[in-house]
Amino acid sequence: MIFLNGQASDTRPGDTIAAALARLGLTVGARGVAIAVDGAVVPRADWPTFELPEHARVEILTAMQGG
Amino acid sequence: MHDPLVIAGRTLRSRLLLGTGGFPSLELLAASIAASGSELVTVALRRIDPDAHGSLIEVLDQAGVELLPNTAGCHTARDAILTAKLAREAFDTDWIKLEVIGNEHTLMPDAPELLRAAEQLVDDGFTVLPYTTDDPVLARRLQDVGCAAVMPLGSPIGSGMGLRNPYNIALLRESVSIPVVLDAGIGTASDAALAMELGCDAVMAASAISRAEHPVRMAHALRSAVEAGRLAHSAGRIPRRLYASASTPNEGLPDLS
Repeated sequence: MIFLNGQASDTRPGDTIAAALARLGLTVGARGVAIAVDGAVVPRADWPTFELPEHARVEILTAMQGG
Repeated sequence: MHDPLVIAGRTLRSRLLLGTGGFPSLELLAASIAASGSELVTVALRRIDPDAHGSLIEVLDQAGVELLPNTAGCHTARDAILTAKLAREAFDTDWIKLEVIGNEHTLMPDAPELLRAAEQLVDDGFTVLPYTTDDPVLARRLQDVGCAAVMPLGSPIGSGMGLRNPYNIALLRESVSIPVVLDAGIGTASDAALAMELGCDAVMAASAISRAEHPVRMAHALRSAVEAGRLAHSAGRIPRRLYASASTPNEGLPDLS
């Protein structure tokens, strides 16, 4: 099971970050989006090739009003 | 009067920074940004909501402002550093408003964690603007580790209590050479004017505008207050004195007895 923003998801181990994003209607070029997997930043350039491991905790973040 | 604010080599005509938190709609945010004249606005980084209506980023891009991502909600240096790195990925900026919170009720900064995070982020190439207390010694330490500016609180975030210790803010201003941005506690225009009169280089406001009954009007008010306070500071105010000092000369006073 892979968790996207704390929710169990259909994303499977071996899927790329780009594939997981596509299911949410997001592209690799999405402005203002950042990704962390298991508490580490994954640079945008790696999203098309980064394969998610089993039990991965993926945080997909963007700009919200604040501060 | 041409009197720009320069932070880390970036020139800003407006000395009012705007926080985007608390606005009831993106339309009101956009109108308030325009009224404030602000060129640098903060954003937070949170989990994406694919069903969200409207894009904050698009609104801010259209407003033509620069983004200042924050690390709001972080309680440790580790979390703040990771959040800063995520913000750099998301927004293509190495500027970060560093917040490391030490207490949930007061939202006061955790000084040791703040200093540790600031030092590491500077080493990682970030332009660091730390939200800090009004402690002049801590501000000096933040300058020493390479911060681009310091953002002391006037009173707790969102409290609208103004500058509770203007004396400390004045001491802090004297103790660092980097820009001082009064952050947190602004309630209304006079608070912003006071901060500028004390020698702060800029003021940041979020709740004061976004939670005002009429945000656009308050944005305009704070803009005017910041300009007035800045002018007054550079004009050199008269000293305070206990007793009156006549402004009309007694010379030539007629004898009307």
